[in-house]
Order: sequence, then structure tokens, then C-alpha cells
Amino acid sequence: MLAIYKREVKSYFQSMTGCVFVAFLVAFTGIYFTAYNLIAGYPYFSYTLSGSLIVFLVGIPLITMKSFAEERKNKTDQLLLTAPVSLTKVVLGKYLAMATVVAVPNLIFCLFPLLIKLNGVAYLKVDYLSIGVFFLLGCVYIAIGMFMSALTESQIIAFISTFGVLLVLYLWNGLTEFLPSAPLDCMLGLILLLSLIVLYIWQMTSNWAMCAVSEAAIVIGCVVTYIVKSSLFENLLTRLLGKLALANVFTGITQNSIVDVSGILLYLSVIFVFIFLTIQAIQKRCWS
Amino acid sequence: MILEQGGKNLIEVKNLVKKYGDHLAVDHLDFRLEPGKIYGFLGPNGAGKSTTMNIMTGYLGATEGEVLIDGCDILKEPEEAKRHIGYLPELPPLYTDMKVSEYLEFVAELKGISKIRRESDIEEVMKLTKLVDVEGRLIRNLSKGYRQRVGLAQAILGFPDIIILDEPTVGLDPKQIIEIRELIRNLSKKHTVILSSHILAEVREVCDYILIISKGKLVASDTPEKLERLMNESESVELESKIHPNMVREILSSVEGIDAVEIEKTENETTYAKIEVKAGYDIREAVFLAFAEKKVPLLMLKTVKVSLEEVFMELTQREEDVNHAGNL
Repeated sequence: MLAIYKREVKSYFQSMTGCVFVAFLVAFTGIYFTAYNLIAGYPYFSYTLSGSLIVFLVGIPLITMKSFAEERKNKTDQLLLTAPVSLTKVVLGKYLAMATVVAVPNLIFCLFPLLIKLNGVAYLKVDYLSIGVFFLLGCVYIAIGMFMSALTESQIIAFISTFGVLLVLYLWNGLTEFLPSAPLDCMLGLILLLSLIVLYIWQMTSNWAMCAVSEAAIVIGCVVTYIVKSSLFENLLTRLLGKLALANVFTGITQNSIVDVSGILLYLSVIFVFIFLTIQAIQKRCWS
Repeated sequence: MILEQGGKNLIEVKNLVKKYGDHLAVDHLDFRLEPGKIYGFLGPNGAGKSTTMNIMTGYLGATEGEVLIDGCDILKEPEEAKRHIGYLPELPPLYTDMKVSEYLEFVAELKGISKIRRESDIEEVMKLTKLVDVEGRLIRNLSKGYRQRVGLAQAILGFPDIIILDEPTVGLDPKQIIEIRELIRNLSKKHTVILSSHILAEVREVCDYILIISKGKLVASDTPEKLERLMNESESVELESKIHPNMVREILSSVEGIDAVEIEKTENETTYAKIEVKAGYDIREAVFLAFAEKKVPLLMLKTVKVSLEEVFMELTQREEDVNHAGNL
């Protein structure tokens, strides 16, 4: 795992992708920092950071697009997959390397609150927490991007699909307003969502019996719950899917200085899920 | 077909099947390989050689069947099984943005070679594959021949028990081909080498044992000599003389053990005859004496052996005929 990690980090900084990402993010944040903190005199660096979030939308796909797509295209995955290293370690090695690339600008950001402190009052606790959560959000995006890259052989497709997904997540707050709130609609929506998951599992495992049973359980469960207590479904979709607006946890800190611990747990679980899905996607490819 | 000659089996492939959708790439392949030999996978393009190798190295999963490497199932204990294998795929898996020495160091670490051994191992491998001159160059800037050698170096790094090479000499110049063959022969002293090729001469030259694969099936497996002998059970004899074809036919009619005769006139006014001999007969002396009796000098008399090429064509062709018949 260490071998892959070292090689990846080196390759990111040799091939300029890593350098460009770091430079771009730091430069962009620097401009915001100058405008908000230095000129306008606003003492929170966290607010500046929320402006930089948009750079992630382009920057993260740039880093993740080559992770697996390029290996597959150049057939170098044959080396990694036939080496005496487990697939989990290969994926983790790559993931940690990308996380390291994202960590570099965040380490540089750690200097910015100190600059504010030099000029007067600074809220170091909030600022450093927000940098930490910003980094964690970056890690979530990397996990998503890595999964997208594992699905395709083309870096361009990996880039665009990751960008698309991140953009939708970014705009999610607005999008959830379109969701219906009536209990019946919510129940149908929930069944649809869970069915999609079952469909995906069926795709991956081709296990008819298991999927049919779980689908039946879902439908019956939802309908029975609806009949017994329909108020449970009130606004359920918005509540459930609203969680997907991942950036909310981060903006909660930057705007209201509120740290949502459950949000951080959500981040960690999304990371875990996507790393798991990446491993599954690669394994599945060996069998098709 | 199962090769069993006693001794320990290093690799066991049992009833291997690989399907791509409806296409059957590997069709119930079954063989066992012993340590210390060079095995050749021979087959036309698309016969399933690379797929088989990819399954044996754990890159692909099989639809059915199993592969045991030194007793370890490649799917159930992948890390242990893969430790025994060095693999050079069809396209060398090279990171072109790395230098040769950097790349080999990465592979050494990936294979889990201990720090103490790493340096000396890399040096030895570079010497074997003659890469010392280019160790500081970026792989991107290397020629195809050198890239192939870096791929080979990567496969033999750590000196695993089994070295699997998929078409190792493709794209090399004749001198490099000879060098690589030499290297493979040297490696076989300590390792089991499996190589694939669609070039017969190469396989005959290097391999101790040949597995002929066609349409995903094992159609024959034996030593090159035995394969040739196998087809030589009914020999044929060729002769050349200056007399008229009818005379030749007449003289030959007195000889016993002839199955069929094919006679033609050559451009330089001689008669050429090809005689199919019944199994178990050696008719050369009888033919000579029959011609001598009539005082007809023979310009040439020789037995013709079937070449490995013909064995190959015959076996892979036969397969095709059977399949066509099956389709009807």
C-alpha cells in the first residue's frame, strides 16, 4: 500500500496535476482572503473558505479522473492487480495519495488565520475547524470522483461525470425544494429510491432470489407503515435527500459557527461507502 | 487432456471456463504444470492464450473452474498465490512517467521484497535484462524493445517460482529476440517459465513442453519431439528419378506397404513421386532394391517428417472443421 501511495503522490506532483490544483486553490483563496479579510477587515477566515468551495467542483475531478481510468487504459492495472497486494490496499493507497494532494493547500490555509491574528482579532478555533471540515469535504468529493474513475476507461468521461455529480450536490439545496411533501408521494418516492438500490445490488450480484425478497420487503414495509402511520412519511424525501447536500455541514460552520457532529459522521460514512463501491466496481470488472 | 508425469504440480488448472457474454473464450481447460520447465502456449490469434494467462495470474476471474498455484487457490488466497508469480502481460504495464530504476524500485516494493534485498535484486535483474545503460531514463523515451525488457525485468523481479510471459518477443529485433530466448532458457534453471506465442519456431526453440490451444480448448500437449512423432505415425517417402512416370508406377507396384503414390513431372525433366506408407512399414530399402533391379538410378530418396507447423495446422484446423460440423 505504501508503495502505491508514494508512487501516486510523486506522480501527482511530477505530472503538474497536483501542482496546478494546489496553485489554483491557493491563488483563488488568496484573492478572496485579500478582498474579505485584508481589505474589508472581516475577521473570519472560514467565510473566505466557503467561497473557495466552488474550486473543488473543478479541481477534485481533475485529481480523481486519472486514478483508475488511466491505469485501465494503459493496462497498468494488470501490474497492480496481479501483485501480491489486496485490492483494498490498492484502492486505499490511491485514495490516501489523493487525500494528501488535497491536504497540501489546506495546510497552507492554516497560515491564513495567523495572518489575521497578526492584524487584530482572530477566531482561530472556528477557522481551523472550518479548514478541517473543508479538507474532509474534499475527501468526500475525492471518494466520489475515484468511484467515477473506476467505472470508465476514459479520463474525460470520469472528469465530466464527477463534475456533474459534484455540481448537483452543490446545487442540492435548491433542488430539494422541488420534491413533493405529501405522505403518499413520499412513500412512492422512497419505494422508488430503495428499488434503485436493489436494482444496483442485482446488477452487481445477479442474485435473483435475494433481490426479489428484499424488493418485496421494501414494498410491503412501506405500504404497511403508510397505512398504520402515514404522518411518518410527511416531508420524508426532503428530510432524507436533503442530507445529500453535503456542503451544508461545511457552510454550517462558516456561516453560523455551528459544528454538526452528525454531519461529520455523514462525511466519513460517505467516504467509506464510495471506497467500498470503488473496490466492488473493480472487482466486478474482473468477472464480467 | 491431463499431463501427468508424477512429481509435484506447481500449477493446476482445473476445468477452467471463461465466458464474455455469449462468447466462450476459454472452454473447459484442464492441465497441470511441473516445476523447472519451460511451457509454451501455442495457438492462433484469439485462441484464448492471454485470457488463460490473465486468469492464472488473478487479473481476471473465471466463470467456472479453479487455478491452484503451489496449492493456493488464486481467488481464495490471492496474496499468497500471487507471491509465486511474475507476470509480463501482452502490453508491458509501465508507468511512462517514471525512470527505469524508479519503476523497478516501485515494483520491488509492491511485491514486498525486503529493503535489504531490494537494491541487489534490482541490480541483478537489470543486468540480466541488459537495462543498466538506460536505468536513469524515463520509460516514456524508451524504444519498444527496451520497454519490453523493462516489462520482463518487472516480471522476474523478486525471482518468483513461476514466470508467465505473454508473447515476450513481440516487437523485438532479431538480436533482441535471441537475447531474450537465452534469458528465458537461463531462467528455467531455477524457475518455471510459461510463455505464449503464435510463432511456432519460437516455441519449438525454447519450450520443453507445448500446449496447443485453439478456440479456448487444449487440443494437444506434449514435448515438441513427441508432437512431431505423433503425427509421423504414417510416414511418407519422396523419390526422384529420370525415367517416365509410368515406369516409376510400375516399379513401385512390386513394393509392399505402399498406401498411395502421387507422381508428377518436375520442370527439369525428372519424375518426382511422393509415397504414402502404411503404418509400421519402412519401405526405403525395398524401393531402392526394386529400382536397382531395373537398373534405374535414383536421384533422391528420403523420408519426410511432418513439421510442427503441420501438426499445428492440422490440430487447429481439425478443431475448426468439428465446430463447423457442429454448427450445421
